[in-house]
Amino acid sequence: MAGPDEQRIFVASQWQLMWWRFRRHKVAVASGGVVIGFYLAVLGADFLAYADPNASEAQRSLMPPQPVYWFDGWRFSPHVYAVKGARDPQTFKRVYRADPGQKISIRFFAGGFEYRFLGLIPMTRHLIGVDGGLDAGKTIFVLGTDVQGRDLWSRLMYSTRISLTIGLFGVTVSLVLGVVLGGLSGFYGGIADTLIQRVIEILRSIPTIPLWMGLAAALPRDWSILQIYFAITIIISLLGWTELARVVRGRFLAMREEDFVVSARLVGCSQMRTIFVHMVPSFMSHIIAATTLALPAMIISETALSFLGLGLRPPAMSWGVLLQQAQNVQTVAISPWLMIPAVPVIIVVMAFNFLGDGLRDAADPYGR
Amino acid sequence: MLVYIGRRAVLAIFTVWAISVLSFAIIQLPPGDYVTSYIAQMAAMGSVVTDEEAQNLRIQYGLGQPMYVQYLKWVRLIAQGNFGMSMEWRRPVTEVIGERLWLTVVVSVAALILTWVLALPIGIYSAVRQYSVGDYLATFVGFIGLAVPNFLLALVLLYLGFVLFNAHIGGLFSVEFQDAPWSAARVWDLLKHLPIPALILGLAGTAQQIRIMRANLLDELRKPYVVTARSKGLSEARVIVKYPVRVALNPFASTIGYTLPYIVSGSIIVSLVLGLPTVGPLLLKALIAQDMFLAGTIVLLLGVMTVIGTLVSDVLLVWIDPRIRLEET
Repeated sequence: MAGPDEQRIFVASQWQLMWWRFRRHKVAVASGGVVIGFYLAVLGADFLAYADPNASEAQRSLMPPQPVYWFDGWRFSPHVYAVKGARDPQTFKRVYRADPGQKISIRFFAGGFEYRFLGLIPMTRHLIGVDGGLDAGKTIFVLGTDVQGRDLWSRLMYSTRISLTIGLFGVTVSLVLGVVLGGLSGFYGGIADTLIQRVIEILRSIPTIPLWMGLAAALPRDWSILQIYFAITIIISLLGWTELARVVRGRFLAMREEDFVVSARLVGCSQMRTIFVHMVPSFMSHIIAATTLALPAMIISETALSFLGLGLRPPAMSWGVLLQQAQNVQTVAISPWLMIPAVPVIIVVMAFNFLGDGLRDAADPYGR
Repeated sequence: MLVYIGRRAVLAIFTVWAISVLSFAIIQLPPGDYVTSYIAQMAAMGSVVTDEEAQNLRIQYGLGQPMYVQYLKWVRLIAQGNFGMSMEWRRPVTEVIGERLWLTVVVSVAALILTWVLALPIGIYSAVRQYSVGDYLATFVGFIGLAVPNFLLALVLLYLGFVLFNAHIGGLFSVEFQDAPWSAARVWDLLKHLPIPALILGLAGTAQQIRIMRANLLDELRKPYVVTARSKGLSEARVIVKYPVRVALNPFASTIGYTLPYIVSGSIIVSLVLGLPTVGPLLLKALIAQDMFLAGTIVLLLGVMTVIGTLVSDVLLVWIDPRIRLEET
């Protein structure tokens, strides 16, 4: 006898079943939340940043992160201590000393530099800020500053834009290539299949990083940020489509002989209709999962290329560009906070991996 | 068996051809031809290239002729062992690369061996003691290995070594052996420096292999023949090592071919962070200085080395495990 619960399962749609299955994978759900959070930061980068990411100031070069004190006595009043910079007469290094007598309060939704929210609405409000807004005397640096005295937190927020979207565009290009070539390979078989499979094998046995470096280095120096951005995207995705093609081909092969595909063919559906109306929807979920798993590799590639100085170059901002300053051990030993941009890279890569794993398990709700 | 090896060899030749075309493209991509920039470079250094010399160079490289002629001329020069001149170093490319290529091979092979040595026992342990503390630990370390790009891992280890032990953990040789001729002491010094780069390079691969081994072995452990072996009274260690592990090795072993290109790729960027005397730092410098013959040659040689390594491992696997060749023909 089927209980009400089981009846619910009988009538549920495929996507409904997948959602139920995905929900059981708690880590994947949490990772999904993290990923959404990161993309919200992409949209609201200028709101989350509190300082102009390009405003440099030699007077506050390499300032360590300021600890935030949340309470003043018993009252909730987040503040930081004002910092005084001076040059050490012996070592000539800049040293910074906090002055507990001078507190700088942090205000929520404070005024700051002007920007357009979502590129449309002019605004001056930021998530946090200091009293007096743009008054130069009072500033906060929750994650410290870089060599040119630019605020690391604000730069990190703006960097999410390039770092996370380059992965999206790259994966889209890879997806198109992968679906078309993998589809041809799996649906038609024969010579096309052999040819495409051999190309994939060849591409997979070439070490990719030296190749990327070579191609990226050949980009003209006078290209704009946008041109470099798209060129890097294409370089990364041209070599990254093989795994997606493999998944698509595998699904096509598995499905070609299924009853519903054969019957679609027998009732006279055109080839296009068979593929796009009957076959693609049934392995859409697998493609989504494979795409999610392909994204972190793209993000890492961009970070690696920019870290080497062959990808995006300043004034563009991405996590890899920020990490360029952490290339040197001596610098890092003195200013370890320059390594902070590695943290979001690791978190986002891990989140995509867990999310992709969960999606892949959920992609086949009828199995087991 | 010969048919299988023959097919792999043909594929390897095609791969080498593809790599050579790509390397040639890298050499050709920057604007201006080689001789023009060579003359400019020499003029900047104060020496003059006579018209006759320039003309000879142009003929040697077939400049001004169609692209495929240039490509063929380049391939012919390479077949003669002439990889061209490095503009930045003003020495033949082969001399500049020197032992760096071999050190790259050493580091990559060390990482590959370490991957296997670590992944196999840990994978077996994780499967046999599923959901134990050790299994969770292995899974956790595995995820870290997959998620942290190896150059960031290198950076963090370098920083920790500097802060905690005040030691520089990078490099492949101690200072006194840096430019010393090869000797037993130098080899020993190299071996002492190898584990850290090998571990950094191998971690991602190890993590992946542990997961593959664990999943395969778990599937096998549930099969009836394991119960049979156990009911015959074999010791537990014997039951596992003698039957299911051998079956589970197959998919595990067949991924080795894809591990090597990955490790070689990683070695370039990790070498830069750790300051290893491999071709990595040389490649970056050459690319930034637009020293394209050096860069193209490095890409070509790395690719060819990887293909040879993969081919050798393929052949070894076929020799070890007859099922592979039966499966694919």
